[in-house]
Amino acid sequence: MNAENKPLIIIKDLHKSFEDGEILKNISFTIREGDLASIIGPSGCGKSTFLRCINGIELMDSGSITIADVTLERAPGQVPDEKMLDTVHRMRAEVGMVFQSYNLFPHKTLLENVMLAPMVVKGKSRDEARELATKFIDKVGLSGFANRYPSTLSGGQSQRAAIARALAMNPRVMLYDEPTSALDPELVGEVLQVMKDLDAEGMTQIIVTHEMKFARDASDYIIFMDKGEIVEYEDGDILFEHPKNDRTKAFLRHFVNTNPEVAC
Amino acid sequence: MKKMLLVLLAIAVLFTGCVQPASAAAQKELRWGGDSEGGFPYMFPNPANPKELIGFEVDIVNEIASYLNMKPVYINNAWDNLIPGLTRHMYDIAIDGLEITPDHEQVVNFSIPYYRTFLQLAVRKDEKNIKTLEDCRGHKAGTLKESYSAEMLRQVGGVDIKTYIVEANTYEDLANGRVDAALFDFPIALYSAGFNPEIKFVGAPIGDLKYGIAMRKEDKQLQKDINGALVFLRDSGKLREIYDRWNLWTPTMAKEFNDYSPSKVEPTRYNDWAENHRPVLTFQKRLERYAAVMPQFGRAAIVTMQVSITAMIIAIALGLFLAITRVFASRLCASLATVYIETVRGTPVLIQLFFIFYGLPSIGIKFSPFWAGAIGLGLNYAAYEAEIYRSGLFAIPRTQWEAALALGMTRWQAMREVILPQAIRIVIPPITNDFISLLKDSSLVSIITMVDLTKTYGQISAAYYDYLGPGILVAVIYLLLGLPFVRFARYTEKRLAAMDKDSQHGHRENIYRSSTRYL
Repeated sequence: MNAENKPLIIIKDLHKSFEDGEILKNISFTIREGDLASIIGPSGCGKSTFLRCINGIELMDSGSITIADVTLERAPGQVPDEKMLDTVHRMRAEVGMVFQSYNLFPHKTLLENVMLAPMVVKGKSRDEARELATKFIDKVGLSGFANRYPSTLSGGQSQRAAIARALAMNPRVMLYDEPTSALDPELVGEVLQVMKDLDAEGMTQIIVTHEMKFARDASDYIIFMDKGEIVEYEDGDILFEHPKNDRTKAFLRHFVNTNPEVAC
Repeated sequence: MKKMLLVLLAIAVLFTGCVQPASAAAQKELRWGGDSEGGFPYMFPNPANPKELIGFEVDIVNEIASYLNMKPVYINNAWDNLIPGLTRHMYDIAIDGLEITPDHEQVVNFSIPYYRTFLQLAVRKDEKNIKTLEDCRGHKAGTLKESYSAEMLRQVGGVDIKTYIVEANTYEDLANGRVDAALFDFPIALYSAGFNPEIKFVGAPIGDLKYGIAMRKEDKQLQKDINGALVFLRDSGKLREIYDRWNLWTPTMAKEFNDYSPSKVEPTRYNDWAENHRPVLTFQKRLERYAAVMPQFGRAAIVTMQVSITAMIIAIALGLFLAITRVFASRLCASLATVYIETVRGTPVLIQLFFIFYGLPSIGIKFSPFWAGAIGLGLNYAAYEAEIYRSGLFAIPRTQWEAALALGMTRWQAMREVILPQAIRIVIPPITNDFISLLKDSSLVSIITMVDLTKTYGQISAAYYDYLGPGILVAVIYLLLGLPFVRFARYTEKRLAAMDKDSQHGHRENIYRSSTRYL
């Protein structure tokens, strides 16, 4: 959208393998500040693992990730040392992560969920943290629910709470791992709306999703992944209307056939 | 949880505070060891006033102490362990019908004999065939476990020997026909059955027993002092007076002391005893007696609770450390923790207690009975608590770790703020249940000289010849002590069931594997 904005995330030659084979092969791409990028692709294509590598929940096998001023590099076969782990830790501070299953802390209220990390990680006082948490809880539209326990919230409310919890750490980038997949269809909209609002405010966001309509409408870029590779990396409308690669075409055709409401 | 631990600690400290003895008097102490459980007529709680320790040896010690201008301090220990207790400096002299034998003399020094006696054979009133020790061949005979009398019966050959730990039980079985003869030291026989119309003593005195006061080999001066006192007490007639009062003056003693004069003192102590034990007591009298021993049980209950709570605090803290080490530490530390857990779980706690109390002092590590008991039980239960914690940690979904780490927490912060608080909720019910079983296992500390509920039950029952009433009493007390914890466990279980709905999301994956992956 803003072609003149400077790159915020630069990923080069990222590789990741598990016991059962190589999941990510030689991934490289760049995201500019304020962009909203959607990652789509068939199940098992490595898109979730990719997202988890960006905040170091999975440590890549080799490659380099730069987020703002922090660069994590790993040569093939390099054993992680204290310095690398420290870099991962600093990188996480720039990144907020939202999970498919919310992963709220069940033993704490919504307010305490949001307050915890600012207090523990940033050393904020209880009052400061409460003020900050209240601000973000209001922002995601959960003002009346601050003292509720996660078990009493709906899926949509839980996911918005999880977004507030991540935002309270003041991240430069927000990552979403299939944020609406666990939700009932009528609750999907409220979560997507929060992401749209954040985009309008200039937050940089990467979303792994199956919501094709949202991906197409809201994204600056769509990344199509298959078999551990980035197949295409395009503006939303261009990718949907003029896919260059056969694999992209096959995926989209299949998807449109099974989800007629996405057809344009 | 933190608060609860503090409260428990405070309670424990409070309890330990109130049993500390008052500061020592100016007089030097004569610390003497014996076993008052079933110890009549040597030393036993006065049936009329269970707080008071009486017995002919108690009288002797008091006379010795008074002659030496010392203050007698009694330390209870199991009879089997009287000599080990001496060498580990629990007390300076041991007296409890200890026979002067070559075996004993290899380990300790003895005073000159203060009493000389023999074995007495007892049979049922209507018994016609058994008149001597040899007649026991082909019959069942009861005696004390691992004693001189057991050895005598073995030498006869062909005797069906039943050994007992509590003397009184032998005579009960004799009256009931479970054994045909009972062979014991004369004082025991006299006080167990001398007044029983169903039992008679037969045959001449058997064997020769010399009782001496045992001391450590190195305490030469003490031995001289004690011998001096005994010579004085013998020559002044004070010892004879004691034996008369307890009805223990026999022809053997007359010969030993070369004193054939008639007794001048009435056997008042023996008469009291016989009076208390002869007929079956009325129900009313029994109830009065139970009421009288309640304060004793009350004090014992406090001891039991102190030991249990202190042990549990040790177990909870060390168990957590072991569990975290086993799950998260380096491979070497983790396997050390595993070895500890398996060793402790695989060996009897009784042996561990003996090892700590009697074994460790020989390498210079010495604990009071209280701390030996609390540490022994604590170290033992820590192994079990560690496994409970471990299962609690594994019950927290891996996704909780990911959420905490993704928020920028370190592994330790995630552990402290997110994982442990949830795991602890899960483990509270099983840990509370463990405490209830620890409360019962604490009865084992009675073997390392602690006078807890179980020991008190033994003492009172042996003193009264009554295992039924005090047995019910002590069972009820254990039950009442455990009840609040039973209720607490049930309450937390219910709360947990309510909270479990919260964790319906997320996969319960092994956090050990996933947490090492974060590294």
